[in-house]
Amino acid sequence: MGIDFISAEFDVVRDDARCTRCRVCEKQCANGVHAYDEKNRRMTADETKCVNCQRCVAFCPTRAIKIVRNPNTFRDNANWTASVVNEIYKQASKPGVLLSSMGAPKNLPVYFDRILINASQVTNPPIDPLREPMETRVFLGKKPEKIRRRPDGRLDCALEPQLELALPILFSGMSYGSVSYNVHKALATAARETGTLYNTGEGGLHKDFYAYGANTIVQVASGRFGVHKDYLEAGAAIEIKMGQGAKPGIGGHLTGAKVSGDVSATRMIPEGSDAISPAPHHDIYSIEDLRQLVYSLKEATAYKKPVIVKVAAVHNIAAIASGIARSGADIIAIDGYRGGTGAAPTRIRDNVGIPIELALAAVDQRLRDEGIRNNVSLIVSGSIRTAADVVKAVALGADACAIGTAALLAMGCRLCRSCHTGKCNWGIATQDPALVARLNPDIAARRLINLLTAWNREIKELMGGMGINSIEALRGNRLMLRGVGLNEKELEILGIAHAGE
Amino acid sequence: MLQKEGQVRIPSGCAIAAVISKTGEKIGGEKIVAGIRTMHERSNGLGGGFAGYGIYPDYKDFYALHVFYDDNGARTDCENALKDLFEIVKAENIPTRKNPAIKDAPLIWRYFVAPLPSRVAAMQIDEREFVARAVTRINSTFRGAYIFSSGKNTGTFKAVGFPEEVADFYRLEDYAGYSWTAHGRYPTNTPGWWGGAHPFSLLDWSVVHNGEISSYDTNRRFIEMFGYKCHLKTDTEVITYIFDYLVRRQGMTLREASSVVAAPFWTTIARKPEEEQRELTYIRNMFSGLLITGPFSIVLGFSGGLLALNDRLKLRSMVVAEKGNTTYIASEEAAIRAMEPDLDSIRSPMGGEPVIVTVNKGVLEDGN
Repeated sequence: MGIDFISAEFDVVRDDARCTRCRVCEKQCANGVHAYDEKNRRMTADETKCVNCQRCVAFCPTRAIKIVRNPNTFRDNANWTASVVNEIYKQASKPGVLLSSMGAPKNLPVYFDRILINASQVTNPPIDPLREPMETRVFLGKKPEKIRRRPDGRLDCALEPQLELALPILFSGMSYGSVSYNVHKALATAARETGTLYNTGEGGLHKDFYAYGANTIVQVASGRFGVHKDYLEAGAAIEIKMGQGAKPGIGGHLTGAKVSGDVSATRMIPEGSDAISPAPHHDIYSIEDLRQLVYSLKEATAYKKPVIVKVAAVHNIAAIASGIARSGADIIAIDGYRGGTGAAPTRIRDNVGIPIELALAAVDQRLRDEGIRNNVSLIVSGSIRTAADVVKAVALGADACAIGTAALLAMGCRLCRSCHTGKCNWGIATQDPALVARLNPDIAARRLINLLTAWNREIKELMGGMGINSIEALRGNRLMLRGVGLNEKELEILGIAHAGE
Repeated sequence: MLQKEGQVRIPSGCAIAAVISKTGEKIGGEKIVAGIRTMHERSNGLGGGFAGYGIYPDYKDFYALHVFYDDNGARTDCENALKDLFEIVKAENIPTRKNPAIKDAPLIWRYFVAPLPSRVAAMQIDEREFVARAVTRINSTFRGAYIFSSGKNTGTFKAVGFPEEVADFYRLEDYAGYSWTAHGRYPTNTPGWWGGAHPFSLLDWSVVHNGEISSYDTNRRFIEMFGYKCHLKTDTEVITYIFDYLVRRQGMTLREASSVVAAPFWTTIARKPEEEQRELTYIRNMFSGLLITGPFSIVLGFSGGLLALNDRLKLRSMVVAEKGNTTYIASEEAAIRAMEPDLDSIRSPMGGEPVIVTVNKGVLEDGN
């Protein structure tokens, strides 16, 4: 109270006539918002603890609860907004770096929403995906410059290792530690069922999930947590994580509180110790060092696994990608400004990096200008929200998209952006056994499968409308896109015409 | 102001026809005109053209360059550039006759040339690559000059007009070759530029095409990585480059190249024997950016043969017929019947099924 007081962001509105005092809300809230007042036989709320995760709203049997924005305001000021002012109060009270979770919520242009997709009319026919074959199979990996023939004259079909996906969507890296065991189980199950891959993130691979290896990308990040030979060999591909869209230029920090039991064993670090990933890989201070790590990993796995290099979309991403494409990497994963995170410094998340649409367009064009686009495949993420975003990304030049936030939403996440507290009421971003148990991995897997299936159907509908019956004929097909309300520079970078042109 | 072909992408519908003698017998130009004339309704007078093979036996060892010039200034500049790269053994106007329907004719020249061996050696490339690069460079950097035919013992003739008028203009009956292709165009606006008519040619490749491909920009952006420049923004142009790239530069067979552009569906591949599955999967993966989707029927002409191919859903009509040693291909059966009423066989090839007709080995005495 007093000078440090920050007014609650939300109000808990309870319809007392509907409330049956069942106390479900109280049990569901790990933040301790709801309480039962025995004396007055009614529910109370401490709204200052509320993060608006909607758990109580979703579970209230009489739909008695609403979480609304607290109408209490500072005097209107377009420059000194309430969030800016409150952040100053927090930092004046304690000299800490502010933390946030999930993707940047700032109102910057979402280019996907300024791009429209084409359809066939008259001069060529749209194709009905319910009646004609419509193909979304994707191969990721490098393609050689020339075909080779065997002595008998037939094609030599040997290629460097490739990943085959049934649809152009993968799950982004989310570490065991930042998310729960049940989340990984659901992702692994769904990846196997839908013919795609999930990604361990930098937390190692739990022993129970080695069985899903063919649908797993194992990550090697700057902390090297959980990395050993069996781990590298377990996955279908290895990803070197150089950066993340939500926090380019910095490492990661999993607090000791989350490093419990299995998390500690999987990460190969003592229980309760902080897991700190450094900002750089300390064996990679330049592009030639990256090449050495790429080949070290290939040597360790007998050149049987494609190596992915994941980078954050930053200002000179085109040149960086060009360097990576010549480093021996098979796939480049680019994570955009709006990509999610389990925890990141607020200032970094909201102010560093560039939108994925621009980064993707610049990288794809640069690799083509240099004639090396076939050296690598491109995976983009941060943030892909719908099947239409996937179609637009592929048409801009992506081979596939990775989804993290969308997958978490499918599993129940309400985007309250409080992952860093470890008290996820939906059992996703937590290691608290009671909370983890709330997420049924079978149900979560089913919901992920539904989501991917639905998106794939929508991708096929959109492709069919354009008269395209295979996803590879959409890749880089920028003629199928038009911008609306974009300036000439934006259109030039995206490599698309304006609507009406 | 209306934009010229190449400044804007213009979709068009079309008619195509082709004829080839497998025994290398000479077929007069009037034969193919009879076929394409029948499909008058499939064009709208905004483009027609022909390609003939074996038509220049006296100059069969020289590349025949057909060039449109806006004016004599453009011609002088281009000829200077040509002299720098080639020995020109003959330069002449292409003979034409007045036709009231053919207007705004550019200057139309023909050169028989041989690349200067010293220039070819200096670039460390083979002769055909040298010619291809020279054509690409002149077409992309010389204002008012456009080389629209560049093969040996073959020539393309095209203009804005209905195909039968174009044939009359170029006196096509004066030429005879072992194969011919023809095109009548139905563009969706008025380009009014002769270079935009079809066939599109590079070296001895020529393509006539009916359709509007939906994969255009994917194909264009892929092929432009390998030194090609799609000036005209037409399907035909990019399809020609794709075949040139796959067959001449990658060394693929026409059948393999057909499996790239009209790849079998994955479900079809899954039913093939294991070895073939592996090859077809490899081809689709390796050249995924060259898969062509959307409707097309094409006839690809080359020295010694023709390839006819439909898109894999067969969204455009195309029929193939035989009579003795002669094969006929056209958008409509009526066009074939106009060329040869009494046929041995006629059929409609499946979508994605290449029909490859070659002149029997050894029968071409003029050395194709």
